[in-house]
Amino acid sequence: MSVPLTLLGLLEREPSHGYDLKRDYDTFFNRGKPLPFGQVYATLGRLARDGKIVIGDVEPGVGPDRKRYVITDLGATEVDTWLTEPVEPEPNLQTVLFSKVVLALMLGRPAEEYLDTQRAAHLRRMQELTTVKRGGDLVDALLADHGLFHLEADLHWIDTTVVRLDALRTAVTA
Amino acid sequence: MTAGGGATAIEARDVVLSFGETPALRGASLAVDEGEIVAIMGPSGSGKSTLLHCLAGILVPSGGEIRFEGGRVDQLGENERSVLRRDRFGFVFQFGQLVPELTAQENVALPLLLGGVRRGAAMATALPWFERLGLAGLERRRSGELSGGQAQRVALARGLVARPRVLFADEPTGALDSITGEQVMNLLVDSAHEQHTTVVLVTHEARVAAYADRQVIVRDGRVNALVSS
Repeated sequence: MSVPLTLLGLLEREPSHGYDLKRDYDTFFNRGKPLPFGQVYATLGRLARDGKIVIGDVEPGVGPDRKRYVITDLGATEVDTWLTEPVEPEPNLQTVLFSKVVLALMLGRPAEEYLDTQRAAHLRRMQELTTVKRGGDLVDALLADHGLFHLEADLHWIDTTVVRLDALRTAVTA
Repeated sequence: MTAGGGATAIEARDVVLSFGETPALRGASLAVDEGEIVAIMGPSGSGKSTLLHCLAGILVPSGGEIRFEGGRVDQLGENERSVLRRDRFGFVFQFGQLVPELTAQENVALPLLLGGVRRGAAMATALPWFERLGLAGLERRRSGELSGGQAQRVALARGLVARPRVLFADEPTGALDSITGEQVMNLLVDSAHEQHTTVVLVTHEARVAAYADRQVIVRDGRVNALVSS
């Protein structure tokens, strides 16, 4: 799960305070495991240092929540690249995929295309593992099976999510 | 769309077909190269089996073209398409659909018998397939005396015995457990490669589709290539 990229994606939606970012992050991406405020501001500090965000209007008062953060072109490009590229197929990547889908919908990006790209990446990896399995011994076959079954589970999730994209769009953009 | 390799064996161009008021294919295009194994994937009701049936000359589209080795299949009459299916195509379906009154060996020999090969020669040609597919000793059994995996291997032998140019397989492992399904897919791929048979495979299972050289997805009656990056 990439906290910096997810926060950047939330900032592409609209300039936000740290508190708002944490609330949306906890609501959509990290249920049951809130992101510590310290990590939010540390991450925002690094993103600002790297030129991916800037601090916009500072409201009167004290404390970090008075700052409104704004994504830069560099940050937006990084979000775009991250959303567009398929995730390296491996077990347990659903949380990353889920974050990408939610952010894509929030930002009005073609989530279904991203999922198709991911499906193709998964199938290519499954082809490779099937080749290993067909040419290898029992140990190779069982190791390949482990990967194949996990990838297949991801694909089931992708298929189910594609069917529910409209409902998810409504839920995350309300 | 084509893999961009060798000559095209079979092709659908902008194929349109409806069942009553319900459109099944809305401009589906797919080209499969000679010797290539292509898996057609897609959700239920997407039109993937309908596309296979059009490619195989079982259904005739209302629009577009079906071409086999350059010639128009969709313009052939029923009898000509029937001959084409018998002589040039092979079929494997989800449930083996063996003829229950015939022995396993007679089932395998059936396409040859229907094509006019004499019984002795047809049975002799069918016999080696039993050894090849791990079915030795089951030649005289009828379909009711075979397990699901055995029956599907007999169906595979029947689909390939006449050395078809194209094998159409519609959910060939859909009724099998995963290990038996793997055995059938290994045999299908090995046999198709040996005979340089083109395979058009419809499946909703990604692990089955992974045996193919290429996968496409049918969605809303159209074919989408899967491009990974």
